[in-house]
Amino acid sequence: MSLWEVFKFALRGVGANKLRSGLTMLGILIGVGAVILLVAVGNGSAKAVEKSLQALGTNTLTVQGGRTANARTGYSTDLTLDVAEALKAAPDVKSVSPVVQSSQTLTYEGTEHSVQQVIGTYPSYFEASNSVVETGSAFAPEDVDQASRVIVLGSTTATELFPETDPIGKQVGVGGQIFTVVGVLKAKGSIGLANPDDVAIAPLSAVQRALTGYGPINSILIEAISADAVNVAQAEVTAILNERMHVTNTASAPYTIRNASQLLETRTATAETFTVLLGAVAAISLLVGGIGITNIMMVTVTERTREIGIRKALGAPRRVILTQFLIEATLLSLIGGGLGVAAALLGANFKIVGIQPVVVPSSIALALGVSVAIGLFFGSYPASRAAALRPIDALRYE
Amino acid sequence: MKVIEVNDITKTYGEGEATVYALAGVTTSVAQGEYVAIMGSSGSGKSTLMHIIGCLDVPTSGTYRLDGVDVSELNETQLALVRNRRIGFVFQSFNLIPRTSALANVELPLAYAGVKPKQRKERAMAALDLVGLGDRAEHDPNQLSGGQQQRVAIARALVTEPALLLADEPTGNLDSRSTSEILSILDNLNADGRTIVLITHENDVAAHAHRVIHLLDGRIV
Repeated sequence: MSLWEVFKFALRGVGANKLRSGLTMLGILIGVGAVILLVAVGNGSAKAVEKSLQALGTNTLTVQGGRTANARTGYSTDLTLDVAEALKAAPDVKSVSPVVQSSQTLTYEGTEHSVQQVIGTYPSYFEASNSVVETGSAFAPEDVDQASRVIVLGSTTATELFPETDPIGKQVGVGGQIFTVVGVLKAKGSIGLANPDDVAIAPLSAVQRALTGYGPINSILIEAISADAVNVAQAEVTAILNERMHVTNTASAPYTIRNASQLLETRTATAETFTVLLGAVAAISLLVGGIGITNIMMVTVTERTREIGIRKALGAPRRVILTQFLIEATLLSLIGGGLGVAAALLGANFKIVGIQPVVVPSSIALALGVSVAIGLFFGSYPASRAAALRPIDALRYE
Repeated sequence: MKVIEVNDITKTYGEGEATVYALAGVTTSVAQGEYVAIMGSSGSGKSTLMHIIGCLDVPTSGTYRLDGVDVSELNETQLALVRNRRIGFVFQSFNLIPRTSALANVELPLAYAGVKPKQRKERAMAALDLVGLGDRAEHDPNQLSGGQQQRVAIARALVTEPALLLADEPTGNLDSRSTSEILSILDNLNADGRTIVLITHENDVAAHAHRVIHLLDGRIV
């Protein structure tokens, strides 16, 4: 009997009970699809965190002022413009942007919008914080010198205040003072709780004069010359700050330095842990799916022990019976697995709980490989056991 | 020439004190072209004997020669060949493959014998015509009556033109009209020279045979 004939037998075997074959394939489909999609969701969320963190700029340091309870040095420990200017001396620092920050209500022709972060700073802030001006322009260093009342709005702020009109050139009220909008930032996209697009950025001198007064500045945003130089820059900045503020005990310094690349590393590590966790869940789903496939294959083939007995009684050689069942199991596993991959790839086009899944190619190979291997083994093993029986024992099987 | 030679065959189930003798030393033979009926009450061992003759089961002891060949010396592949070419077996419970058309069921032994599809179909149709079911070829077993299913089973047993036709209570599940139809088919086959062995517990069925073997508690009486 030729292999092609056996193949046709197998096709007929699969087609003879469409419901049973369909359910078997569905089981494999779900097993394979779930694993691929689960890993894709984990991978997608890790990628999303990475991307959004990179958007914030990875080569920056933020110096935040503030006194700790034990830090009595007898010297001023406020961050001042003088301190900020002194930091420019560090060789690995590209730019220094002092920041004053306050929460203000912005108004335009009766529209009110409360902005958490009205930032007064230098123009270098835009580059350091990865804030790209989409329309209009940023303010220039001269605007800082002249304390010009100009303001750049975040994309959310702009759409809230100017739902229909072009904000460029319009005058907005900021805490009762009039500022002219010169630019709108490109949207960064939300990460977590804070919305980085709900901001307003104006020259430092203008904000101090109009809104906050000439007290200490809130923070200093420092951009290192490259991502690799961030740690060196941090050491230099620390040395300068310690000298200026006469810090003797470094454990209770009156400032804190946040390092964006450290933050990124931490977040990436967290995301990796998340992926590993999801991978473990996927492995368990694969196991459970595998047991499901085992079960349905065992039942399907064991149920046909009698049929195998009939075939043997009619003179079917054992080899032919085995080949037929092996081909049937291959067809079911491959079609089911293939449909599972297709379903997963299709599903990966949609957002799942707010995460855009990113399919990991190796997960496809793993899920398909394991499921097909299990399907083949447990499809052919009971068949080989039944084919080894004497015909009468197989026929008597209930 | 003897087609079947059975010599002191026993078949036991279980071990030790719980041993049950299904066959306790049976010796008989069937000549070519004979029509033999095996009779006996339930549990007399007649089905066990039939399964051994049909190479579906093996005896615990004793020898069985089919066409002069000791069956116990055949390997798995040779046994499959014997079942396929030499013996046609008709079961009491039909044993058709479900969800498979009558024609495909009848074609099955030919397929295992390696007959080409076209020739296979012709021969299967001829066998179905012989049992009067040519017009039911595409029906599945569950669309056929008991008598029709048994006729499909007989067509399947005949299609390879085996010298020996074994029938285990072929009319056991059938009404009287189907019974007489089946029996006349068997009569015709015997008239054509086929050796037929059938099991029955009905005297009017056994009356069609040339010779009757009575079994009681695993022995010929």
